Amino acid sequence: MKLYDGGKILIGLVIFVAFATFPFYYNIGKVNAKPEPKLDTPEILKMPEQDRKCVESKAFMRTEHMQLLNNWRDSVVRDGNRQYISSATGKHYNMSLQNECMHCHANKKKFCDECHNYMAVKPYCWDCHIAPKEEEKS
Amino acid sequence: MSMDRRQFLKIAGISSILGLGATAASATHNIWVKGLSPDEVAKNPEALNAQHWAMVVDMSQFKTDEDFQKTISACHSIHNVPDFKNPDGSVDLKDEIKWIWKAKYENAFPDQDNPYMEEKLKEMPFLVLCNHCENPACVRVCPTQATFKRKNDGIVMMDMHRCIGCRFCMAACPYGARSFNYRDPRPFIKTENKEYPTRTKGVVEKCTFCTERLAVGKLPACVEAAPKGGMFFGDLADKNSEVRKIIETRYTIRRKPELGTGPSVYYLIGGTEHA
Repeated sequence: MKLYDGGKILIGLVIFVAFATFPFYYNIGKVNAKPEPKLDTPEILKMPEQDRKCVESKAFMRTEHMQLLNNWRDSVVRDGNRQYISSATGKHYNMSLQNECMHCHANKKKFCDECHNYMAVKPYCWDCHIAPKEEEKS
Repeated sequence: MSMDRRQFLKIAGISSILGLGATAASATHNIWVKGLSPDEVAKNPEALNAQHWAMVVDMSQFKTDEDFQKTISACHSIHNVPDFKNPDGSVDLKDEIKWIWKAKYENAFPDQDNPYMEEKLKEMPFLVLCNHCENPACVRVCPTQATFKRKNDGIVMMDMHRCIGCRFCMAACPYGARSFNYRDPRPFIKTENKEYPTRTKGVVEKCTFCTERLAVGKLPACVEAAPKGGMFFGDLADKNSEVRKIIETRYTIRRKPELGTGPSVYYLIGGTEHA
């Protein structure tokens, strides 16, 4: 078998492979910082240790919070049922992102944005809902 | 492997049945499809309840412009309604967002046309808002069910998350009760009420009969801020309610009832003794 213009093709291939794999080499050794949402707002710290529980278990909230919020929305807006009875604690909660969730999790930047930015998801909650005021740390 | 036609159809049939079954089984476990079950939710114990919320506005109690402005700004400040003004102070009427506003009698009640009517009445301002119709045109035209009529209390509500901004409802509403956010409203809200959301560019909005206040046992903001005896709010389905008694004993008018929408806002014109 004869490779016509073998030299040029090989050089081209080498350049192509170098380009295509460049991002991997470039980022080698750089640790991709994992998101670490913070739960240390003054509101949460004020609570006694055993009461520091969200409306559902941590695992459920982590994977299903968006579905939960959607269901809360439907219940409040469509049926007028504004209280959520937690299956984890049996307590009643006011179904409101702005007034209930963000009351404890007043640190939107370190709580919401931390993971959402990492996952590159852009939920449009804050186009309408007003986020709690946070001090700018620059 | 070779397969005859009969065998092929058998396998295809069985696998499609299995596939459908699996989808149905996984769907029942899916919280998206399921929603919240009745034992996961409750009403606020202090909530005000009714089968058919209705309002009576006694225009004779609104004497000065201040009476109107107080009532309107009570609503608009609580609900983060923007006040769009151009840099030179002018306002483009199309941009205006109104939940409750002032309209001339001849505009609010064009069907009551009468060239020789009392001059005072003709120019009289009326307080107008969404009529929370029994048969709302806006709900019929909404392609996404963002606007809907609540079965339990008759309020015509909106789910802003679903509104796609098509403005069919604005064309359908005979009362002009709906406003579209042509611009981002946030910079035009004087003082934000942190307990109520704002809206975003591209959605329609209107009065909600203060569902968020009814849910905590408060009357609508306008009713509270109106001059004494100016506005009444209650359950039209309840024979003993104040609104029902007023409507049964005094002469009230509604806006464009001939359209068959069944508005739930009633007006007492008052004024002269003969009325």
